[in-house]
Amino acid sequence: MADTGLVETLLQRVEKVDGGLDSQDVATSLGVDHQAIVGAVKSLQALGDVISAEQRSSKHWELTGEGCEIAEQGSHEARVVSSIPEEGMPQSQLMKLAFGKVGFSKAMSNKWIRLDKGHEGGPRIFKTVERLEDLVRDKLLLVQKGQASELEEKEKNELKKRKLLSEVTVKSYWITKGSCFSTTITKQETELTTEMIASGSWKEKKFKPYNFEAMGVALDCGHLHPLMKVRTQFRQIFLEMGFTEMPTNNFIESSFWNFDSLFQPQQHPARDQHDTFFLSDPAQAHEFPQDYLERVRKVHSEGGFGSQGYKYDWKIEEAQKNILRTHTTAVSARMLYKLAQQEKFTPVKYFSIDRVFRNETLDATHLAEFHQIEGVVADFGLTLGDLMGILHQFFNKLGLKKWVEVGNSGMFRPEMLLPMGLPEGVTVIAWGLSLERPTMIKYGINNIRELVGHKVNLQMVYDSPVCRLDS
Amino acid sequence: MPTVSVKRDLLFHALGRTYTDEEFDELCFEFGLELDEITSEKDIISREQGDTKAEGASDVILYKIDVPANRYDLLCLEGLVRGLQVFKMEAPRYRRVSPASSEPQRLVITKETTAVRPHAVAAVLRNITFTQERYDSFIELQEKLHQNVCRKRTLVAIGTHDLDTISGPFTYTAKPPGDIRFKPLNQAKEYTAQELMSLYKTDSHLRHYLHIIEDEAVYPVIYDSNGIVLSMPPIINGDHSKISLNTKNVFIECTATDLTKAKIVLDMMVTMFFQATDLSVPGTVSPHHHPAVCFLLWENILEPTGQYVHSDYPHSICNPQPFFGISESTEHIAQLLTKMCLRSEVMSDGEQIEVEIPPTRSDVIHACDIMEDAAMAYGFNNIPRTTPRTYTIANQLPLNKLSELLRQDLAAAGFTEALTFALCSQEDIADKLLKNISETRACRISNPKTAEFQVARTTLLSGLLKTVAANRKMPLPLRLFEISDVVLKDESKDVGARNNRRLCAVYYNKSPGFEVIHGLMDRVMQLLEIKPGQGNGYHIQAADDSTFFPGRCAEIFACGKSIGRLGVLHPDVINRFELTMPCSALDIDIEHFL
Repeated sequence: MADTGLVETLLQRVEKVDGGLDSQDVATSLGVDHQAIVGAVKSLQALGDVISAEQRSSKHWELTGEGCEIAEQGSHEARVVSSIPEEGMPQSQLMKLAFGKVGFSKAMSNKWIRLDKGHEGGPRIFKTVERLEDLVRDKLLLVQKGQASELEEKEKNELKKRKLLSEVTVKSYWITKGSCFSTTITKQETELTTEMIASGSWKEKKFKPYNFEAMGVALDCGHLHPLMKVRTQFRQIFLEMGFTEMPTNNFIESSFWNFDSLFQPQQHPARDQHDTFFLSDPAQAHEFPQDYLERVRKVHSEGGFGSQGYKYDWKIEEAQKNILRTHTTAVSARMLYKLAQQEKFTPVKYFSIDRVFRNETLDATHLAEFHQIEGVVADFGLTLGDLMGILHQFFNKLGLKKWVEVGNSGMFRPEMLLPMGLPEGVTVIAWGLSLERPTMIKYGINNIRELVGHKVNLQMVYDSPVCRLDS
Repeated sequence: MPTVSVKRDLLFHALGRTYTDEEFDELCFEFGLELDEITSEKDIISREQGDTKAEGASDVILYKIDVPANRYDLLCLEGLVRGLQVFKMEAPRYRRVSPASSEPQRLVITKETTAVRPHAVAAVLRNITFTQERYDSFIELQEKLHQNVCRKRTLVAIGTHDLDTISGPFTYTAKPPGDIRFKPLNQAKEYTAQELMSLYKTDSHLRHYLHIIEDEAVYPVIYDSNGIVLSMPPIINGDHSKISLNTKNVFIECTATDLTKAKIVLDMMVTMFFQATDLSVPGTVSPHHHPAVCFLLWENILEPTGQYVHSDYPHSICNPQPFFGISESTEHIAQLLTKMCLRSEVMSDGEQIEVEIPPTRSDVIHACDIMEDAAMAYGFNNIPRTTPRTYTIANQLPLNKLSELLRQDLAAAGFTEALTFALCSQEDIADKLLKNISETRACRISNPKTAEFQVARTTLLSGLLKTVAANRKMPLPLRLFEISDVVLKDESKDVGARNNRRLCAVYYNKSPGFEVIHGLMDRVMQLLEIKPGQGNGYHIQAADDSTFFPGRCAEIFACGKSIGRLGVLHPDVINRFELTMPCSALDIDIEHFL
């Protein structure tokens, strides 16, 4: 709080005038520093609408220290001339004077003096004029008297260049009465306190207004990762649709379940070193259901179940190779095989959302690992129409209209299902998509590295909104 | 999926009309293809090598189209046009014919080839007329087939020759590399096979194929009756018989380790270029010529394994009704299939359809493939959507249910969820945590492209510490957690490894904050309804662990079992993760709480 006396004096002055007054004028007339008046204005402003103060700024010209000296004693060149006697003066002596150097060159260029270099006893200076007009001083005197406007801009700038004049900006307040103007000040409370509530004193007090323009304090809280928030929503959608979650907690899978059981031939490019991560330790899987394995071998190499097969030499060694699963469909295959071993077939709806791995070239939308979302329905007599229908319902829940671009769908081949032992007539429809792709679309992220992995900016995690896929 | 790149205007010319990019994209979708990219040679060079290099390159617009991996018949312009035009044209029928005035050609396969590349099939295309574009497409198709179905020439290698420069019968045999000597394609002098292998070591294209036969005792080779070398598959052809724009009759040989694939490849080469044959030459066309049906002068040669007859197409019988879920007449479905170039007739029972599969469609191996074509012709979007009546009760996986619930409460406890990679370097899980790799039970990847993918993680801690390191500029303290799987070797599993669900958290600040991470552990136990105490409760006791600062690590026991550790990290761990401040961590196995 500024000096109370000064604040009250200021209020009295404001009361007396009609239009308002300038803080600079108040300072001058009170003979106090302008900053003190500014302090009083600010503390009055904090009290609410007692006064209104509008900031103003004005520019004016002022003499510099050197400028003041010249206004008083004359320009350096004029002083050089006046200090030279009729018989002249040695140059070395002139140079010893404070104004000597600057004054000498200016006086020379004005042709007010001459230099006799060959003079006996060293170079000597003589006056060439008796009377002179000291224009520089005259101009500075004008400015000092507050008549700077009589000078041309060019002249002022020239003096500014000689560091004799400077242009200064003066800030002041134009002070007028506010809507709650009063010459006496009551102190405003900042906050409601326990005591005020207990004593009821809040009824008499005035409270300082809040600044509703400001932001609240940033809370110190924990956050869920946006991709995981989207995963939660997808799980929710599947559960709402009656799908049971598959156990996908097995990143390492044999080629048998990942490829062979899905009727993917052993020479398929997806099984190439360039696309799939193979394991060196543990390099091979053991323990396959032997009779099923034999049926898989046969349908690949010889055909059967209505298929011609691929007619190649199917090798157990290829099937045994351990890999990081390239899709969660490997788990779907295990689940469907398990289903086929039941005494009596029961229809199922399965889903999973988990990590899969591809040894591919990395770019803005591809990483070596991503999350695959998969849905599977197995029942007697499912049709293409059912697949279209269920996809429509699923993608409707996502709020995605053009779903064709984010996923794949289809019916599993008989060469996959019949060797498992599923009854003829059971069809299995399935679809899959990545979790990252729809999340990137949803949150407008272009580079997958900004969403997944340790290089993610935590601020993005802190700032991410709740995930409602359908809105 | 393989990508085929075709010149847009050439494609439109062949299709007989132009499309906007959107219309063409739509057309592709109807046929299960995808218009992947619209570009030009200039664009490609400028993107890969910069604008200056691209100056003067062709700016003819190219369409890059993704085709399904098993549709080898769509790998060239000719095939794509046929695939996209099926509705408009009557299915071409292909027939093997004998030459008008001479004996069919023969290719004799000797038993020496069994050791290295045992199969070969061959055909002759007669009266062909190459334009520059068709010639380019012919060469490109070979290359596409080599890269895809031929699996980079390992399964099948194709050689094409000007028949008029050589004379049959031809012999496919195998010889020691020192005994093979010929002038290879586009070389000025003769080389032995040995010399060729070292010559091509530095060839940017051919060096990728050398390994296929390099270490064999004998190399495959094809001679004509005068001892001229046609080719040394799968590496290089002879210069003598090379084809040119003026070639009229082409001899095509496919040598292989997989006979089925060899036949598919030969069928593709022959059927894709039937349009190039001149049907007006007498003797080219069979007397049974019907104006709407194209016949092809095409000899198949196979010795000694027997006759390979293409004119007998496989017939497939299928019953379409259950598949569609619509009540379309069998006649209509037969018509749709015929439109798709699969000639179909309704059988006498009125329910089944007999379908003729042309040699271009090697992908059709089951009735379901035919039904897919019928659905395509019907239009996927015209199939009425139905809801399956399948009644099921949903269940969550208990492990995931627990993880989901804990995640919510860890965030409520003020910790932020990180999402880190399951693959990492060996250094991340061993050296940087002051552990020996042998004690980690880590699974190793045999073919990582970079060190980031050497092993599957055995702990979540390194990922969290890397996340902290990448976020050092964020206000302190940093409180992070992750609940996810690590992978451990486990002999008891069929694949020799299993996942393990872990909960890991770190607290990073100017002071170690052991009490904070300890408090978090207490909170987790509270959430899991485990009370402090020995026996059925939980307690911690001092433990030695090289990752942690000596005397600042404790083992956590719950219900009598060790479930994890907590403590202040060792300063060397902090340094190795490029961190500067103290850090405490919690790492537990939550599978105990199922």
